[in-house]
Amino acid sequence: MINSYETVFIITPVLSEDQVKEAVKKFRTVLTDGGAEIVNEEDWGLKKLAYPIKHKTTGFYSLIEFKCDSQLIKKLEIEYKRDEKIIRFLTFHLDKFAVAYAERRRNKKNQKVETKEEK
Amino acid sequence: MADKDIRYLTPVAVDTAKSKYCRFKKHNIRYVDYKDPEFLKQFLNEQGKILPRRLTGTSLKYQRKVAKAVKRARHLAFLPYVTDLMK
Repeated sequence: MINSYETVFIITPVLSEDQVKEAVKKFRTVLTDGGAEIVNEEDWGLKKLAYPIKHKTTGFYSLIEFKCDSQLIKKLEIEYKRDEKIIRFLTFHLDKFAVAYAERRRNKKNQKVETKEEK
Repeated sequence: MADKDIRYLTPVAVDTAKSKYCRFKKHNIRYVDYKDPEFLKQFLNEQGKILPRRLTGTSLKYQRKVAKAVKRARHLAFLPYVTDLMK
């Protein structure tokens, strides 16, 4: 059953920039190998955590919105648990209102980007 | 007699019952996003606890969605579990 999902994960801030990119790419490949179709990907960069996780107060947030079969999610979560660079993750099943919301959010972001370019 | 002499400088504020409404029904919001802490903060008190329905006036269906979204936001450290003077 193909559903749309959204996963957010936090990477430890100790890593260098390219190690973070590599970690994100690693999960992208896990998804694309499993036959997922990645709809959107966002990288919020270094953000302050509301409370320390594993004694760290900041973390690299990144979001991947994708459509895939439901069996792949278990594999993805095992991958998350196995990788010690990830300190927190959450995968979320998007219902139709959530998909519409994500769509609107993406358009709003694109408009913002466009207005910046016009100036 | 004494009553007549009592004159209030400001009119006595009879708390007019401001009818509460569910903002989700009114503005036709159908999905509560857990990634947007600013919006969720309106449903938390200073200690970061979820406000009850009788104060926020939201309907049961959306109160559950808000509660779930707040718990997800806390899991991802967008919102603290407990704090003081968060706002």
